[in-house]
Amino acid sequence: MTASVTIDAVNHWFGTFQALREIALEIEAGEYITLLGPSGCGKTTLLSVLGGFVDPSKGRVLIGGTDMTHVPPAKRPTTTVFQDYALFPHMSLRDNVAFGLRMAGIGRAERRRRADLQLDLVGLVGEAHKRPHELSGGQRQRVALARALAVEPDVLLLDEPLGALDLKLRRSMQDELKEIQRKVGTTFVHVTHDQEEAMAIADRIVVMNAGRIEDAGPPERVYSAPATLFAAGFMGEMTRLPATARDGIVETPFGLLEAAPPSAGDLVVCVRPEAIRIGADGFSLGEARVTDTAFFGTHNRVHLVADAVPDLTIVAYLAPAERVAEGDIVPLAADPASIRVFPAR
Amino acid sequence: MTRFLPLAYLALAFAFIYLPVAALVLFSFQDGRLPVPPFEGPSLQWYADVLGDDDIVEALVNSLLVALGSSAIAVMLGFLAAYGLARHSLPGSVFLRGLLIAPITVSYLIVGLGLLIVLQRTGIGLSLWTAAIGHVVINLPLAFAIIYASMGAQQQNAERAARDLGAGEVEVVLLVTAPMLMPALLAAFFLSVTLSWDEFIIAFLLTRFDITLPVEIWSMLRSGLSPRLNAIGSFVFLVSVTAVILIELTVFGRRRR
Repeated sequence: MTASVTIDAVNHWFGTFQALREIALEIEAGEYITLLGPSGCGKTTLLSVLGGFVDPSKGRVLIGGTDMTHVPPAKRPTTTVFQDYALFPHMSLRDNVAFGLRMAGIGRAERRRRADLQLDLVGLVGEAHKRPHELSGGQRQRVALARALAVEPDVLLLDEPLGALDLKLRRSMQDELKEIQRKVGTTFVHVTHDQEEAMAIADRIVVMNAGRIEDAGPPERVYSAPATLFAAGFMGEMTRLPATARDGIVETPFGLLEAAPPSAGDLVVCVRPEAIRIGADGFSLGEARVTDTAFFGTHNRVHLVADAVPDLTIVAYLAPAERVAEGDIVPLAADPASIRVFPAR
Repeated sequence: MTRFLPLAYLALAFAFIYLPVAALVLFSFQDGRLPVPPFEGPSLQWYADVLGDDDIVEALVNSLLVALGSSAIAVMLGFLAAYGLARHSLPGSVFLRGLLIAPITVSYLIVGLGLLIVLQRTGIGLSLWTAAIGHVVINLPLAFAIIYASMGAQQQNAERAARDLGAGEVEVVLLVTAPMLMPALLAAFFLSVTLSWDEFIIAFLLTRFDITLPVEIWSMLRSGLSPRLNAIGSFVFLVSVTAVILIELTVFGRRRR
């Protein structure tokens, strides 16, 4: 089962602290959304508003077109995979997964059948009789997922579900989560602070900061053409060049950039590290000296200082074949198509 | 020498604690009329004598009923109070918490006297029920403190998950909170049982015709020492030890896993 979600002008205050500011978001049925942002940005609060654990101070939440703003969690077509999994330690995995069905008044045999089906989906049907403490972190995570999916919610909410797993496991669970979402077709709303996780998994990323939505869109678009400076910085590494708007053109320390300035006054020009290359092809950054290089397998992460702006460190991902060493002086250029300009404030 | 001293100290400390009990148990097997050295026997005559005495057996059953009943009620009330205070922000909850625990500091004599006065004013006759009420009064703060202390974020998150999956308030408490707190509930229960089982002052003040075992022992003591008393005492000790072992198995046994 699946449903669309409409978040309409939601504001929330904890005392005098405003955790959510005018949040408006349309989520389509069957979409995989990630809410991405640093801790304290309001992403978990927004998830709690969707789950019914927080009653928003202002605004409305519609799920499948029905107003759910003040409906308690038990009566919502949503379930949550909690950050610490919140499994019931005194129950077997099967009873954990069947709990929601039991609450729905479904008979024992049918409950068991459907719980085993869910456990099969996450590859744990062989361990159905075990208790949660006998499992590894990744397995507990799967049980929490199976438990939340067993009641066939319209919307599944995931609160940093992979946060407690090690990197390798996290990457493999990402693929699995996405595959399961494709299989069940439920709308997934997934909170994370890991932008790689968000990009790998989401149909659409919602970048949040200080209670606001900074940007929302498909991963490729949010990464390559972010709506705000914050979104640009949060989505990945980049070099920020100071610039100013002058007569409808952007003036940088490396010369004039042929782009329309988004505002008057001070600007910031952002260049992703993979858009910088050695040579003169593109927007030239002049000669630069290599101060540091680190090998990352697929690329070398290189720090450089340009002659034109000695107090600015440029970060570039160069192909390992480039073979640069500390102290080398190289000509640098940036791909003009991937340069973004934002107001400095 | 440095290894010997701590061991000697340990032996001495345990001897100090357990010698009286050991003497009591030993002379319950005395084959003679007085529970004093030299030890003659062993003999089970005093146990046979005690178990053949209807008054003693009745008092023993009464004591068990009061201990189990009052402990069950104290644990239930303590659990509900702890759940309410831990899960809801109430005005003056710090004050309420203090008020619930404060009776621990009041002596049993005062609690007993207070209840006696109230009961006589209200015209409720003294019985095993009133003794059980007294034991609930003294065990409730203890049960509350033990259960409240073990309520943590872990249960709270599981409760939240249960609500998310459609559980109502009663289902949350019965299927999630209480089972997760079972070690604390059992610890509170068995501790209450041991305290109620050999409590004398309140039982003495608040019973009349049906009496509990400690009151029966007290009335027997007035007719002087006898190995019968040792036999009863050993019995009392056995029940207490059983309760302690149950605490050990249910609470600490689980924690070790």
